Amino acid sequence: MVEFLQFTLSGISFGMIYAAIALSLVLIWRGTRLLNFAQGGMAMFTTYIAIEVIYHTGSYWAGFAAALAAGVVLGTVAQLIVIRPAQGKPELNAVIITIGLLILLEGLAGIFYGGQFRSFPAAFSVTGLHVGSTALGVSRFDVFVAAAVLVAALLLAVGFRYTSAGLRMRAAAFNATVARLSGIRVARVITVGWALAGLLGALAGVLVSPSTFLYPNSMDTIFVFGFTAAVIGGLDSPLGAVIGGLLLGVALSYAGGYLGSQVTALVALGILVVVLMIRPAGIFSGAQVRRV
Amino acid sequence: MRSPLLRILSAALLGAAIVVILSIKLNAFRDYQIAEIAVYVTAVAGLTVLTGLSGQISLGNGAFMAIGAYTTALMLAHLGWPFVAVLVVAGVVSAAAGVIVGVAAARLRGPYLAGVTLMLGVALPFLAYVYPSTLGGDQGLNVVYTQPTFLGANFPLTRWQAWISSAVALVVLVLLANLGRSRIGRNWRAVRDDEVAAALAGINVAQARILAFVVSAACAGLAGALLAVITALVAPGAFTITLSIALLTGAVIGGLGTLLGAIWGSLVIVLVPTYATDVATSHGLSTTVASNIPVAAYGVVLILVMLIFPQGIQGGVLWLLRLFGISAARPSHAASTADAMPSAGETPARPHEKEGTQ
Repeated sequence: MVEFLQFTLSGISFGMIYAAIALSLVLIWRGTRLLNFAQGGMAMFTTYIAIEVIYHTGSYWAGFAAALAAGVVLGTVAQLIVIRPAQGKPELNAVIITIGLLILLEGLAGIFYGGQFRSFPAAFSVTGLHVGSTALGVSRFDVFVAAAVLVAALLLAVGFRYTSAGLRMRAAAFNATVARLSGIRVARVITVGWALAGLLGALAGVLVSPSTFLYPNSMDTIFVFGFTAAVIGGLDSPLGAVIGGLLLGVALSYAGGYLGSQVTALVALGILVVVLMIRPAGIFSGAQVRRV
Repeated sequence: MRSPLLRILSAALLGAAIVVILSIKLNAFRDYQIAEIAVYVTAVAGLTVLTGLSGQISLGNGAFMAIGAYTTALMLAHLGWPFVAVLVVAGVVSAAAGVIVGVAAARLRGPYLAGVTLMLGVALPFLAYVYPSTLGGDQGLNVVYTQPTFLGANFPLTRWQAWISSAVALVVLVLLANLGRSRIGRNWRAVRDDEVAAALAGINVAQARILAFVVSAACAGLAGALLAVITALVAPGAFTITLSIALLTGAVIGGLGTLLGAIWGSLVIVLVPTYATDVATSHGLSTTVASNIPVAAYGVVLILVMLIFPQGIQGGVLWLLRLFGISAARPSHAASTADAMPSAGETPARPHEKEGTQ
């Protein structure tokens, strides 16, 4: 029973990181109908920047802030330089461009920082918390991870619902042509979406790296599970991204804990197939037009 | 040369002649690269048919390659059948896996299909860890297959590998070119462009989509079988997500939906990293830098090709030919596949678009 509780709590902690990646994918998907395969690579790169800043300033929080700022810059620059020119071309082109961007970032990280595993500090103690004498299997840092993503998600939700910028983003995602006709600069809105996605990815990178180490490919698995979480939840739904992330995180934690780490990917595949058999566009998909 | 079949066959013979001449002229390492390119051509050609003609994306064709490779390794180790028979079985087993995935995929569109196939590509190799006694776990299985004795003891193994890989690739290309021109190929294009219209025209949409998956899985399985033989080893580390993504990348930058594009794409996948490594090491860069420059250069090439040639390299080649006024009488090698799959690159992603606007 204690074991079950431990797996659940650590699953929630990892699930929130998947949720952050999933949210960033949803942000870009809603704006441009594009899957950003570079999301994990961008997060990896901004985490390297955080390491550099922490090394030079000695302050974790300076590195944390630098990573988030770098995420915003990287998202914006990537969108403006390589994604925007691909608009109006076949849709898979932009997907391949994001794959090219991922490979480029991994290559650059290898050139600048080498391929060895680097440890990344955690903001808070990583020793397990206890209630009485029972170990909970989570640390203060795990609580911080879950809280940070939750706060980011809530801020986004509030921003989307109650600010005019959020309204513009929702309008552009709902119908770009109509939004453009009513005076919204859709291109700018899309760039903002990429900037926010870059920020969320950077957050995920900083939060996950203490438990995975940092190397040029370190975010690949996290990206795949984040993508899976977004698909489970439904790519149009930010709420779905968070729920999908939590669901996947907890399920994989049980699978890894009870069955062994070799089966986690197979279990993720199983969950994905079962969910999509029942709801072909994710749990939180809207009404579907009936197809043939 | 008016018959399309004749044109395709003569193009294939020309390809075979080029491979034979190159494999004799070049050294063993280049022979190995020819074999590697042929492996990619086989897999990418299957994927370009799936994505370019039937409009379904797959980020997991590496999984079918793994199935073909493990089938080959197990059969060569335990049964001692002739290699051609092993190849056929590897293709059939992968095709059977393609049926399962195709049935599951028939309801899914765009990113949801991408997600399932991506996860399939990630998860399937883990079966090797789950069944280490049969599948060899992390170490994998050794594959022993040498050149036939009638070629003489001095015949280089890599040349033989280049020959068989290229032979399989060319046979696959000929079959796919004919399939693309047939009723089946027309049905795929109809389904890709408008599912409702295709269904109203009497096409069984689900069946057409599943068949496309089966064909691409069989191609990937054959490619996996060849890969097992030329690398002499089958291990889960060879079938990572990078492989599956490289296949899609090759199909798109070559020119989605065109078989010549599959060849261009495979050349880029194999040769760009090697060429960049040569350049980097010849400039005396440190090993960390030298080993990562090709990676970065490959990323840049992908981005630039997509921005400069939206229809892929094959689109760029056709554009160049038109520029020099050769378009009216297209040379036979370009026409054989370009005619077979007209304008395929223009609309492959339509289903995603429709998914989005609802």
